[in-house]
Amino acid sequence: MDFRHILNSKKLFLSLILGVFFTLTTCKTFAIQHEEHTAEAKNAEQEAFNPTTAILEHIADSHYWHLWGETSLPLPVILFTDKGTEFFSGAGFHHGHEAYQGKYYTYKLIDDKIRVVNAEGEVDKEASSHIYDFSITKNVLAMWIAGTLLFIIFFSVAASYKKRVGKAPKGLQSFIEPVIMFVRDEIARPNIGYRYERYMPVLLTIFFFIWINNLLGLVPIFPGGANVTGNILFTFVFSFIVLLVVNFSANKYYWKHIFMPPVPVWLYPIMIPVELIGVISRPFALMIRLYANISAGHIIVLSLISLIFIFKTLWIAPVSILFVLFMDVLELLVAFLQAFIFTMLTALFIGTAVEEHHH
Amino acid sequence: MEQLFEGLLNDHLGFVVWAAVAFIILLILLAKFAWKPIMSAISDRERSIEDALLKAEAAKEEMARLTNENEQLLKEARAERDLILREAKILKDQIVAEAKNIASVEGNKMIENAKLEINSLKAIAMADVKNQVATLSIEIAEKVLRREFDNKNAQDELVADLLKEVKIK
Repeated sequence: MDFRHILNSKKLFLSLILGVFFTLTTCKTFAIQHEEHTAEAKNAEQEAFNPTTAILEHIADSHYWHLWGETSLPLPVILFTDKGTEFFSGAGFHHGHEAYQGKYYTYKLIDDKIRVVNAEGEVDKEASSHIYDFSITKNVLAMWIAGTLLFIIFFSVAASYKKRVGKAPKGLQSFIEPVIMFVRDEIARPNIGYRYERYMPVLLTIFFFIWINNLLGLVPIFPGGANVTGNILFTFVFSFIVLLVVNFSANKYYWKHIFMPPVPVWLYPIMIPVELIGVISRPFALMIRLYANISAGHIIVLSLISLIFIFKTLWIAPVSILFVLFMDVLELLVAFLQAFIFTMLTALFIGTAVEEHHH
Repeated sequence: MEQLFEGLLNDHLGFVVWAAVAFIILLILLAKFAWKPIMSAISDRERSIEDALLKAEAAKEEMARLTNENEQLLKEARAERDLILREAKILKDQIVAEAKNIASVEGNKMIENAKLEINSLKAIAMADVKNQVATLSIEIAEKVLRREFDNKNAQDELVADLLKEVKIK
């Protein structure tokens, strides 16, 4: 496949400019954030800065959305318990410092996970296993924001298509159209073949949803910053959808290849399990690839920022910022690339599933 | 192992469900309100562009065909003109030659006639002359005869004079 156009595109240039901008803001907010963090730590008990926990905290899902300094946006908590549904604000947990007395149980945030505690403040494992956390967490909200953005972008683009029938694209439309054409001509058509049109909606949705979530994950301030696509559960959902799409659109040749592979019959006990593992492992690879790439990017950026607090000197800041700038620009490329690879492999799997064999 | 998966469903099932719901809603809404109109608009426009290009190509071909045809016609016309001219020339030459031929034949005939006429007239004239000569001779003879009786010399003179007078025309 020819990838030159990716490097030649004007989009990349735009991305670079945006990257520089985003990075500058990143550095600033991170710096502020961490200064306050360290100030607090000093006040408390001169606690040593532990980059591992700090970083993992940042990339993990949360019941709060940290805005600035000590200000966080408490998010709604929804719990399905064996006794009924609980609905309250996450502010009740006071960042895990206090237990919240709900209608049915007393809850406490332990490592950002909701657990039932008894009167003595100890975790009640038995009761905890009956509650299901359906809270609107940071990642869920980030997903909704991304979805809303997609709605706004694509509804306006669709409207301009209706307004300017048969004319050349203009404005946002002319930015989006090449991307759609890219998905159609470089991803769907070569991999799926002439039946690509049926799969365009799902491919486009996957591509743009992953891309916008990747990009929003790079924005360090409020509407962004959530590590949605670097969350293995999110990638699990997407790859599971891919698994369903691929296997439900598979034709008899695909199944024949799995259950009656063209090998001697005595090899069937080996081949059939291998083929069945293949069915699972392909979406599994998708899940791991996206999760690992995006999480790694976040971890590297956070590690570079953490250098300032590990060395406890501001002089390291320019170095950190330079490296973060470089990484964020790289991450902009990765954001596109991972969305592209996820979609392309999905198209490839669909292509192998719907391929007609004429033996 | 058990500890690793402890609370996995309790803590994360919610997120999985939310993500799936978000994706499905997004897919349905975008498919209906964005992808369908956008894709159809793009393919419509592509088709119309392709149509226009094909039509332009066809028009070009038609134009070339017409030009070719015109040239062919022109060539044919030119050839025809040449042919007509050549034929005309041949015809003209033929006519001229024929005319010349006829003219010469006619001329010869006329000359012949004229000669005949001349000859006949000459014969007539000669006959006439002969008659006159005869008459004159007779007259002379008559006068001679009359004068002979008077003067011999005068007679000779007279004869000489008369002979001078007589000029065969």
